[in-house]
Amino acid sequence: MKRAILFAALLATALLPRAARAQNSGAIFIQNATILTVTHGNIEHGGILIRDGKIAAVGADLKAPADATVIDATGQFVMPGIIDCHSHIAVDGSVNEAGPAVSSMANIADVLNPNDIDIYRDLAGGVTTANILHGSANPIGGQTVVIKLRWGKPASELPFQGALPGIKFALGENPKHSNFPTPPGVTPRYPGTRLGVEEVIRQAFIEAREYKKQWDDYNQRKSAGEQNLIPPRRDVRLDPLVEVMEGKRYVHAHCYRADEILMLIRVANEFGFKVRTFQHVLEGYKIADEIAASGAGGSTFSDWWAYKMEAFDAIPYNAALMNERGVIVSVNSDDAQEARQLNQEAAKSMKNGGLSANDALKLITLNPAIQLGIDARAGSIDVGKDADLAIYNHDPLSVYAVVQKTLIDGQVYFDRQRDLAERAALATEKQSLLDKEKKAAEEKKAEEKKADEKSEKKPDTKPDKKPSPKKKPPQDASNSGNANNASVATGATGAAR
Amino acid sequence: MKLRSRRRPIPLLLLAVSAAVLIGWTYTARGEGGEPRYFAVKNARIVPVSGPVIENGTVVIAKGLIQSVGADVAIPPEAWVIDGKGLTVYPGLIDAGTNLGLAQDDDAAKKRAAGPAASGPEDRPATTPWRVAADELKTDDKRIESWRNAGFTTALTVPEGGIFPGQATVIDLAGDRPGDYVVRPRASVPLSFKPVGGFFGFPDSLMGTIAYVRQVLDDTAWYTQAEPIYQANPTKTERLPYDRSEFILSRALQNNELVLLPANNSIQLVRAIRLAGEWKIRAVLYGGQQGYDVAAALAASKIPVLVNLKWPERAKDGDPDAEQTLRELRFRDRAPGTPAALAKAGVKFAFYSGGLTEPKDIFKSLKRATEAGLAPDAALRAMTLDAADILGLSDRLGSIAPGKIANLVVTDGDIFNEKTKAKHVFVDGRWFVIHEEAPLEKPGEKKSADGEAAAAGQAHHVEGVGR
Repeated sequence: MKRAILFAALLATALLPRAARAQNSGAIFIQNATILTVTHGNIEHGGILIRDGKIAAVGADLKAPADATVIDATGQFVMPGIIDCHSHIAVDGSVNEAGPAVSSMANIADVLNPNDIDIYRDLAGGVTTANILHGSANPIGGQTVVIKLRWGKPASELPFQGALPGIKFALGENPKHSNFPTPPGVTPRYPGTRLGVEEVIRQAFIEAREYKKQWDDYNQRKSAGEQNLIPPRRDVRLDPLVEVMEGKRYVHAHCYRADEILMLIRVANEFGFKVRTFQHVLEGYKIADEIAASGAGGSTFSDWWAYKMEAFDAIPYNAALMNERGVIVSVNSDDAQEARQLNQEAAKSMKNGGLSANDALKLITLNPAIQLGIDARAGSIDVGKDADLAIYNHDPLSVYAVVQKTLIDGQVYFDRQRDLAERAALATEKQSLLDKEKKAAEEKKAEEKKADEKSEKKPDTKPDKKPSPKKKPPQDASNSGNANNASVATGATGAAR
Repeated sequence: MKLRSRRRPIPLLLLAVSAAVLIGWTYTARGEGGEPRYFAVKNARIVPVSGPVIENGTVVIAKGLIQSVGADVAIPPEAWVIDGKGLTVYPGLIDAGTNLGLAQDDDAAKKRAAGPAASGPEDRPATTPWRVAADELKTDDKRIESWRNAGFTTALTVPEGGIFPGQATVIDLAGDRPGDYVVRPRASVPLSFKPVGGFFGFPDSLMGTIAYVRQVLDDTAWYTQAEPIYQANPTKTERLPYDRSEFILSRALQNNELVLLPANNSIQLVRAIRLAGEWKIRAVLYGGQQGYDVAAALAASKIPVLVNLKWPERAKDGDPDAEQTLRELRFRDRAPGTPAALAKAGVKFAFYSGGLTEPKDIFKSLKRATEAGLAPDAALRAMTLDAADILGLSDRLGSIAPGKIANLVVTDGDIFNEKTKAKHVFVDGRWFVIHEEAPLEKPGEKKSADGEAAAAGQAHHVEGVGR
């Protein structure tokens, strides 16, 4: 009986198309790698077994099971997929809804662009997860989303399932529009000062508190059986702020200066919520104890400073100093290009501040995972976590390190060899499409020329070849049947957009 | 091919044939007076779309409707008879998205789209749902005639400018007064997701625009719920504020109007499917040109698509050295394959002229779609019955069947053949003879005073009144 079942199962497997079979078994074994687990040291000549998209086993003495696809990583380094805690890739349209000072109605999740080539490029830099943030134009910005860089999948499959959504706040020069002055004729937007930024945030939360009270009141009366009640209006701007107060949405606050960081901690305390991460947080080193005590993380640049007034006190030791005082620190990119070398950005904190190699790795793996509340699923190479991995040809903290493969949920989304192999075919395809277009354009031109010649031969045709749609009544056009008899109004765009 | 049509002048002699005939004409003498209302096209190849082709049959038109169609149907004595030998009768074509009959005032549209800088959704930026195309129809739009001459009898004409520009109207392409054109005045609510704020006003981003639409639809749903409660309990409930947008949209959505969502590329299409589900609207997507990439998702959503026939092309005055991405090149190459892909996947779709300014370009675009694999009968269906079905008017438009509105085009060949000419067009049973332009006079020759009428007289398709 058992044998019969086994046989049936084997037969079924054999009949499945190849792709489906690979997915079904799903087992992948990475062998003979240097494994940087981040949580429990490095393993030389180790193996990682992946089943159902999860890490099923990690160790030095593992052997590849018979059903597993083997990735030989001899001489290579495997680290947890990089997590970029501040990214603006994969967004269709502007990353800022810069009109209102509180743009919390805008939601990045509505406009994810799975075709953004930066997803693929960042994958090629070992990034597997990114916190996609609204821009910093407003004290309270739009809603944010954590995605996995599942290149080739539709927008609905990008979000990191289970990750709490976020919202962008911004303090300092950007929300008060210091660096892009209002053009003449336009009323300058409030706020114009740091004091105003605080006031805008407080005002929004006062409104949100009142809004929540209205709904609580309505729901209470309704459940008490009261009839003919008109519900409060739903407010798409205040909903996310209520979620923040209820702890269902993380606040990621763009900030630079120590004073404004302390301000936001006070405002958050007043309204009973916590700031999840301070982003950039360039003066974080000055108030690391206060940030640590508030429970917020700090997500900073490795070594950017002095690029604007509020960045003058920034120092490249910021990450290391905050880390030393107990702040959970990550290093982010804020930039599609820099995201491709976050490994090197992390390594800089070994020189600037003397972090250990493992602590430097944490800046782009486990720490951002903690900051985004996904550390049970990502950020280290541990059994049970998602198989999000980056395989390098050298130690990833070395400048010689180049990503060979990037895996998400156990699937290879970037493979350097495959990429190199496919380039010729893509170039050929592109050239043939260009040629085809060129040919079609030439044919069209020839056809038009022919038509012109034909109409020129007719003595009764007016020499003026230009279509002059509005002035010419239709019967004035020639009957040559072609290009120039524009008898109808041009410029109509119909419902086309 | 320059075409032009005119309601055929009715010779006085014919008008006076017999009392019986005159009694048969129940047409109230408005406008030109005493117009014939009964027609038959006989000996013609008939393509009813809703049924099999009739190789040699007759269509009878009575008082604006199709009375009968078949291989062997009786021609009523009062009918004017057209010998359709060598001709083919199709249902009138439907352009499912155009601005025919609406003012081509780009400045006004831009102004509406920009408006004063809004600080949030409560300012209702670029929102004018009360504008109804039917109320702004300009029947002197020359394009109406050129569309009709090409065989189009019906169009969805869509107001432009802004996020909620107004309400679109289904029109038939003939009439004496604007009101005669209107088949369904409030047929659909078109939306645009184009940001209008320009960095200093709301919304200035795509995500802000989507959030704005979400808020407006929420407010509309709120008003729909709150209004009857208030009306029933005015002494116990605080008075409701009046918001014109909420008020109008509440009625439009309660009347089940279609909501047209813009979606051209695959990302937009997938997003629009999601938003249509979230917003619980009767959505129709317009654009649709990258549908070839997401046909299965569209089919699963059961949301119909209006496909823009202005296929994407390389920017005319673009930098010749600009790098063309493979993605763009593929899109331009494959877009005309979308209708075939949609048909294969079972997505209901129709076509619209979009930015095309001449009917002949519509047929050229259709040709590219059929070359890319769309079966001609599927193309015809999309231009007729499926378009009517999407617009919720398949009970009266889109095919040649008894009881349908008498919108017909009679051609001298296959309608998708470039050389084919429309010979007659019927709109609501009104007869238009299409003829080629009379040759222009040679320079120096004097044009006759009534050249147009003379030219019209050259058409010889009419056999005369029956009996």
